[in-house]
Amino acid sequence: MTSPVRLTDDRPGALGPALSARAPAHVAEDVLVETGLADRMAAIDSPLGTLWVAWNGRGVSEVELAPDGPEAAARHEQRTGRRTTLVDAPPAHLVDAIWRRFAGETRVRIPLDLRGRSAFEVAVWTKALEIPRGEVRPYGWIAAEIGRPKAVRAVGTALGHNPVPLIVPCHRVVRTDGSLGQYSLGGPDNKRTILAAEGLDPEGLENAARRGERLSGSSTTKIVCWPTCRHARRTQDRYRVAFRSLREAGEKGYRACKVCRPTAIAVDVAA
Amino acid sequence: MDDTELTEGLVRDLDGTFEILVRIHVDRCYAIALRVLGSPHDAEEIAQDALVRAYRALAAYEPARIRELRLRPWLATIVVNLCRNRVRRHSVRTTPLAPLVEAGHEPAADASTDPAALATAGADRERLATLLAMLPDRYRIPIVLRHVDDLSYAELAEVLGRPEGTLKAQVSRGLAMLRAAATATDLQELTA
Repeated sequence: MTSPVRLTDDRPGALGPALSARAPAHVAEDVLVETGLADRMAAIDSPLGTLWVAWNGRGVSEVELAPDGPEAAARHEQRTGRRTTLVDAPPAHLVDAIWRRFAGETRVRIPLDLRGRSAFEVAVWTKALEIPRGEVRPYGWIAAEIGRPKAVRAVGTALGHNPVPLIVPCHRVVRTDGSLGQYSLGGPDNKRTILAAEGLDPEGLENAARRGERLSGSSTTKIVCWPTCRHARRTQDRYRVAFRSLREAGEKGYRACKVCRPTAIAVDVAA
Repeated sequence: MDDTELTEGLVRDLDGTFEILVRIHVDRCYAIALRVLGSPHDAEEIAQDALVRAYRALAAYEPARIRELRLRPWLATIVVNLCRNRVRRHSVRTTPLAPLVEAGHEPAADASTDPAALATAGADRERLATLLAMLPDRYRIPIVLRHVDDLSYAELAEVLGRPEGTLKAQVSRGLAMLRAAATATDLQELTA
């Protein structure tokens, strides 16, 4: 039998054996996830099929394609150094926010955990977030907008390292010559699929780029835009004028759109 | 790892050391909240919230302040304050709690393996917890800190902001009430 608990004050902790309690195992784990010292991961449906999403209390830390959860979690652990536990589903509010973002809502806020990334990378990804659904911009535009006009290749590399594709829409950044370019989430075909799902005509874009049509102006407003800018796309065909460069447009009396800012880079016709 | 080593580790590498703090202190944070509030569900939330707040505080503190921390009373303070806020928010309980249901707790370090004895001990433990839950806050919280968590009176004074003499009197009075209640309900293990 247990010895009686003596309720006198000369034995501090006397009620401990009877009344101490062990926290359920999930409490410690919840603390580590909430503070961003451990991650959870779960599958989520997307336009590209099943994606693996990792998150912690600071935000979403990764979105990746993987054959299965254990492999996705192992890769995430290796990249971040944080223990990653697979669970059934992300929190409902997170799933809801991600789905609304996929569906094109720009106002939905999704916190991101981008610790350990360079200021340059974060600047590139933040800029990419400004590109609206259904539009694309060249790598060089991002480089110029973040004040590093010569860092075009570095921008491409940073976008390739985007840990949260689809949430940060690196698929909306294309090569300066107008071709779609690479895509980290499963390759260029996926990039094409997503852009088409967002209402773009990837082939039409590439054909126009091949013809040297880098910018699109309106002969009524005398404003010149990136071809996918919403202001360019509502121009009627009969008023639409294609330009090979901003200089050419300028010479013909067009000014740059203040929304899509083609001023940021000098668009020269490369061979 | 003692507190000095732990606080030094927290100063040097908070993210690499905080998990150790969690492993060492999570059970006592939970036990304090459980015995103060009486609800396992609330206790889980409070223990988690307290440790998350501790992390955020540590992330904001200067190294000198972290080195001066006495972790045991500091964490107990966070837990007790959260418990009080919760009681306040959910309006003060006026009726004693129903006997507690504690799923999944085995008696700690009990030499006996006889199922009957364990069952008896478990039942008595529940009744003891119930009696404790019926004490007014000003007796229950010091008793939990002193006799469940094993803090010194100096540490209690730090956590609760009352003089040691007052706390000794409150613990003593609270224990007397517990004894009386135990006798009244014929709880054999509590006969002192």
